[in-house]
Amino acid sequence: MKIDSTRPKAHAPVVAGMPAADTPPSPLEINGLTVSYGDTPAVNDVSVAFRSGAMTAIIGPNGAGKSTLLKSALGIVAPLSGQVTCWGRPLARQRHRIAYVPQRAAIDWEFPARALDVVLMGMYRELGLLRRVRAPHLARAMSCLARVGMEDFADRQIGRLSGGQQQRVFLARALAQGADLYMLDEPLAGVDAATERAIIAVLKQIVAEGGTVIAVHHDLATVPGYFDRVFLMNAHAIAEGPVATAFSRENLDLAYGGRLAPDPAGAAGARDAL
Amino acid sequence: MGAEFVALSLPPILIGTLAAIACALPGNFLLLRRQALIGDAISHVVLPGIVLAFLVTGLVAAWPMMLGAGAAALVSVLLIETIRRLGRIEPGAAMGVVFTTMFAAGVLLLEQSDTSGVHLDVQHALYGNLESLIWLEATGWDSLWDAQALAALPPELPRIALTLLVVAGAVLLFWRPLVLSTFDEGFARTLGLPVRAIGVGLVGLAAMAAVAAFDAVGSIIVIAMFICPPAAARLMTDRLGAQIWWSIGFAILSAVLGYMLAGYGPLWLGGAHALSAAGMIACISGVILLLAALFGPCRAPAGLRRG
Repeated sequence: MKIDSTRPKAHAPVVAGMPAADTPPSPLEINGLTVSYGDTPAVNDVSVAFRSGAMTAIIGPNGAGKSTLLKSALGIVAPLSGQVTCWGRPLARQRHRIAYVPQRAAIDWEFPARALDVVLMGMYRELGLLRRVRAPHLARAMSCLARVGMEDFADRQIGRLSGGQQQRVFLARALAQGADLYMLDEPLAGVDAATERAIIAVLKQIVAEGGTVIAVHHDLATVPGYFDRVFLMNAHAIAEGPVATAFSRENLDLAYGGRLAPDPAGAAGARDAL
Repeated sequence: MGAEFVALSLPPILIGTLAAIACALPGNFLLLRRQALIGDAISHVVLPGIVLAFLVTGLVAAWPMMLGAGAAALVSVLLIETIRRLGRIEPGAAMGVVFTTMFAAGVLLLEQSDTSGVHLDVQHALYGNLESLIWLEATGWDSLWDAQALAALPPELPRIALTLLVVAGAVLLFWRPLVLSTFDEGFARTLGLPVRAIGVGLVGLAAMAAVAAFDAVGSIIVIAMFICPPAAARLMTDRLGAQIWWSIGFAILSAVLGYMLAGYGPLWLGGAHALSAAGMIACISGVILLLAALFGPCRAPAGLRRG
């Protein structure tokens, strides 16, 4: 990835509070990332450092480039310019520490694979090309399924699961990767209430154990309840910080272009009303 | 069925079977990647490839022709990508344009060149010469253990056997990356897998199988075997490993049953002439697909799709 140093950083993120000197290095630091599909940039010169050990929501309107930011940060989509480092080192050297859960719509659900097969895919790094899947691998895959409450569906073809169950299976695959950083693209989109609770419980457990979670999220009403921090964007970066400060009326207006209902009670009121 | 069967029917059945399996194996992955038409495209474009190879070398020899066919397959894949990108045309349409145009160019080339003295024509390209791949030195089943007789086997047999070995070996060795990048390309990229190289490699394997099979059995079988056995197999199981085995079984069944029906069926029915083995094999694979679509246990798409 090239760094385009000549371009001025027009939309430097508003970082609430400088990190303390002993703050661990950011598991995902993005610098001047620009991604374009055709003529218009989907992600425009975004710089942001996600906080280690936090659960951060990426929010913004439809088409704000949230998924694209995730994908280009992971090298799935090639950026025009910009730099990504993970724990202070290039992404390529840290891939083993990162798990990714794609959007449900990106998956071919007719693929001949069972829930268990999908979870085993998360162990590719250990299994490599030719190592056989043995009892310990299977046991760990089953325990990952159990953590998301899907152990009874291990043998079910993935297309024969409900949307929420499908999402849980993919979270189980991420767990099987044994990562330090979990990046999820709309993990709660179109899932049932029970699944939403189960997924959030697992994500909070990951953070409690020292992991980092970054999730594209669409439901503003649940941001304060589920997440520690929030990153707002609309092609460019708007703000990153703790929910208490960054998830403000002003920032939401900036991100959504004032399309949210006006709320004279201010930021706190906006959060409660949403 | 003794000496006559071993000399006249066994080699073409074996060659047809191995060719069918060699095409069905990569066909499974092409089908799951919604790229099944690639096999169709490759098997059409080998015609201009072999005609050009003949014009350049003046020989109807296997290796120059396979090289020519391979080069044509490569050109077609590049053309498809170029048209898709420059013209912003969906991949299916780009493939359709490229392979019909290149096949037509092959027909024109063939007409303009003096190939009357050699065994090279459109008919041969379409349905091969399976029936002519006979083993005259065979005197019975014992010949299978006779080195001298074995040396006189049609050269297509070892060639397609070698191709199958390479294709099967590659699929086995790269099974996990192939499955991962086919199922979830984005995830495969996050693991650092060379997704594009895997895709190119798969098309390369398919091209290899198509070219080697084309030489022996013609493009009709190649096209049918890329799609029909894997598609029928998908309807029999929800597991990929099992799907591969079903597709191999269906490929064998199509080749053996098709050859036997073409050769002996008309005689049983009182007819005088045998039918085209290639045509019959392709038809049988189509019938198998139809039966799987009607009665296969996994034919109903999952009911709870996409929540």
